[in-house]
Amino acid sequence: MSTRVFVTGLGTISSIGNNVEESYQSLVNSKKGIASMTRLESKHKRNRPIAEVNLTNEELANFANVKTLEGCSRTSLLGIVAAREAAVDAGISNELNSERIGLISATTVGGMGETELHYRDFIDENGQGTHLDYINSHDCGESTQRIADELGMKGYQNTINTACSSSANAILLGSRLIKHGILDKVIVGGTDALCKFTVNGFNTLMILSDKDTTPFSAHRKGLNLGEGAGFVVIESEESAKGKKIYSEVTGYANGCEAFHQTASSPEGDGAFQVMTEALAVAGLQPTDIDYINAHGTATEINDLSEGRAIQRVFGDNVPKVSSTKSYTGHTLGASGGIEAVYSNLAIDRKTIFPNLSFEEQMPELGFKPQIEVVQDVEVANVLSNAFGFGGNNSAVIFSKV
Amino acid sequence: MKVFINGIGNISPQETWDNSKFLEEVISSDDNRLLCVEPVYKEYISPIKLRRMSKIIKRGIASALIALKDANVENPGAIITGTGWGCWADTEKFLLAMIDQGEEQLAPTAFMQSTHNTVSGQIAITIKCHNYNSTYVHRGVSFERSLQDGMMLCVEGNTNVLVGGFDECTDNFFAMLGRVGSWKKNPISSLELFNDNQQGTIGGEASIAFIIDSNKGENSYASIDAMTTFYKPESNYAVTQKVLSFLKSNGLSVSDIDVIVTGNNGDSLSDEVYNLVLQEFPEAAHTGFKHLCGQFDTSTAFGTWLAAKMLKTQSIPSVVKLNDVNKAPSKVLVVNHQNKENYSLQILSKC
Repeated sequence: MSTRVFVTGLGTISSIGNNVEESYQSLVNSKKGIASMTRLESKHKRNRPIAEVNLTNEELANFANVKTLEGCSRTSLLGIVAAREAAVDAGISNELNSERIGLISATTVGGMGETELHYRDFIDENGQGTHLDYINSHDCGESTQRIADELGMKGYQNTINTACSSSANAILLGSRLIKHGILDKVIVGGTDALCKFTVNGFNTLMILSDKDTTPFSAHRKGLNLGEGAGFVVIESEESAKGKKIYSEVTGYANGCEAFHQTASSPEGDGAFQVMTEALAVAGLQPTDIDYINAHGTATEINDLSEGRAIQRVFGDNVPKVSSTKSYTGHTLGASGGIEAVYSNLAIDRKTIFPNLSFEEQMPELGFKPQIEVVQDVEVANVLSNAFGFGGNNSAVIFSKV
Repeated sequence: MKVFINGIGNISPQETWDNSKFLEEVISSDDNRLLCVEPVYKEYISPIKLRRMSKIIKRGIASALIALKDANVENPGAIITGTGWGCWADTEKFLLAMIDQGEEQLAPTAFMQSTHNTVSGQIAITIKCHNYNSTYVHRGVSFERSLQDGMMLCVEGNTNVLVGGFDECTDNFFAMLGRVGSWKKNPISSLELFNDNQQGTIGGEASIAFIIDSNKGENSYASIDAMTTFYKPESNYAVTQKVLSFLKSNGLSVSDIDVIVTGNNGDSLSDEVYNLVLQEFPEAAHTGFKHLCGQFDTSTAFGTWLAAKMLKTQSIPSVVKLNDVNKAPSKVLVVNHQNKENYSLQILSKC
C-alpha cells in the first residue's frame, strides 16, 4: 500500500475564471462572479443573482477542444475543461489511456440543464428531434464517461452524488484507491452546470439570497447558485516522484449526521465529527491548521452549525476561515473540487483568500471570517469542508510538503 | 479482498424480500417491464414517515432493514448505495411541476428527496448510523462501485458494511427510454425474454442490500472472492480474454467454475457477448436472471443475489437455467455489462 497521496495537478473553471490562473487573479483581487442571470432563462431572473460561466456551450466546446457536441451536456463540457487542465498541469496527458489512471467525477445534476428544456418531448411519443439525444446524457454517470472518452481514459471511472459533499468524497475515494494500490493516479473532483431545476429547488427551500451571498454574517440570507468544475490530480508517492507537488492529502473523513434530510444539527455534530476525524487521520492538532476553506453556504442553518462545530474543534484558536462561495456561488457537486483547487493554491501561492461581502459578526460565534487577502504567508495545512443533503459531511486536509 | 455476504434484503419484481423463499413461485409480466412486488412497509417504517416517501425510498430503507436483520446487525460500519437514475419519481415530480406550473407554487419535498443519496441518507436517519455514507451513480456499474468500496472498507478494518443498488422504473422513465430504443417494440412475456429475436430488452427495477464483512457470520450466504470492472473493451473477443485472465489472476481455471450467471437481456447485440463467454464454460451450469428483474443500471445486484442464494441453498432453480447442466454450486462467476460499455465480473464461493 502506498501510504502517501500527493496533489500534482489543478484544473478549474467557474464564474471567476476559465482556468486556474484566471481564478487565482480573481481570488486575490476580490473579484466575484456573482451577477444577474444572463444565460439561464428562469422566472427568477430579476431577484436571484447567480454565478454563471460566461461562455456558451459552443464556446465551451471550442475552448475544451471537444470532438462531438451532440448530446453533450453543459455539465460534461465544464468537466472536460477542468479535468483536461488538471491532467496537463500534472503532465499526464500522454498516458491517460493507462489502466492505472482513474477518473472520479462528482455531479448532482448531470444533464438536467438539457432535460428540463425537453422533458415533455422526452416522454411524449410524438416528440421528435435531435434533442432526444439528451435522454442518453441525462444520468450523472454519462458526464463522467464523456469526460473520460474526451480525454482518452480507459481505466477505473466512478461518479459520486452525495449532493453538495460529492466532490470532497471523490478526493477521499481517489486517495483510498491509491492507498490500496488499485490506482497510481486519479483525476478527482466534480462538475455541475446551472439549471432551473436547482434554482427552483433551492428557491422552494427559501435558501436563495436575493442579493450577493454573505457567508458567516449575522443577517445572511442564503446562497447564490453557481456553476463550474474543479479537479485535482492525485498520485501515489512513487508516481509523483520528481514532479511539482502542490500538497499532500493528509487527512479526510466522511460521515452521516443522520439528523435530517436537508438540515444540519444546530450544534454541528456532523461537521464536528468529520473535522475531528480528518485531523486524527492526518495526525495533526487543531493548532496545525492555518486556513479553513469553509463549506459556508450562508444559509442560516449551515453557517451556524458549521461555525459552532469549528469553535468546538478549534476553541479560542480558530484559524483564518473563509467561504470562497462568496466568489463562485455554491457550485453544488463541483464545490468540493473547486475548493480543493483553491486550498492547494493557498498552500502553493502562500495566499489566504477572503470571505467577500461580510457584514456583521454572527452573535452566536466568537470569530469572524477572514475578510482581506493575506499574501506571502506560510500555509502549511488547509482544512476544506463540504456538507450535503442526506446529512452527508466530509472534510479533507491538504498539507504542504 | 475476500468478504462474506452475511445478510441480504432484496425487494424486486419477485417475492425475494422473503429470505426463506427462493423463486419457488415466479412472477411474470407481458408488457415489457417488471415492477417490484412490495412487502408491507409499515412493518419497517412508521406510517407518519411513510406518507411522504416515494416508493424507492421505502424500498431502500426496507431492503436495508431486512438485510441488517438477516445478518443480525444493528448498526452497519458504513452505508454505500449505487443507483443509475436515483430517485426518479421525486425528480420528475419536481421537474414536471416546474415545467407545467411555469416555475411557480412549487413544494420542496420532491426536490429535497430528489438527490441520488436520499436513500443512503434515509437509511442512516432511520437507524441513526453516523458512519461512512456514500452513493455512486456510475451507470451500469453503480452497484459494483458500491460493492468495491465496501470491500475496500473491510480491508481497512471496517465491519458489517451495507452495500447495495436501487433503481426505479416509473411510467415516464419507461416511456423515455423507449424513445431511444431500449425496449422491445412488441410486448413479450418476460419469461420468453431469452427466446425473443427483437432488438431491445425489458425494463425493471429493484432495491437490493447486502451486509458484507471480512468474517463469516452465522447466516453467511457466500463469500465474494474477487470482483473487477472494465470499460469499452475493443471487441467481444476481448471480453472473453478479460474473463479468462480474471480467473487466472485469482488462481482459477475454467473448470473451477460450476455455475456462471450472465446478464443476458434478450437483446441480440448485448447477448452475443455473453454467449461467447458461455462457450468457454461448456461444463458449467449457465444461468440468467433478467427475465426475473428486467434491465436497469443496478441489475447486477440481482445477479449477485442469485449467485449468493444458489451457493447457500446448494440449488439452481429451474427458472434461471440456460442449459441442462446440473451442479452443486461451489464457485459461481457473475458476468454483467450494460450497452457493451461498462462490464463487471465477480467470483463467489460457497462458505
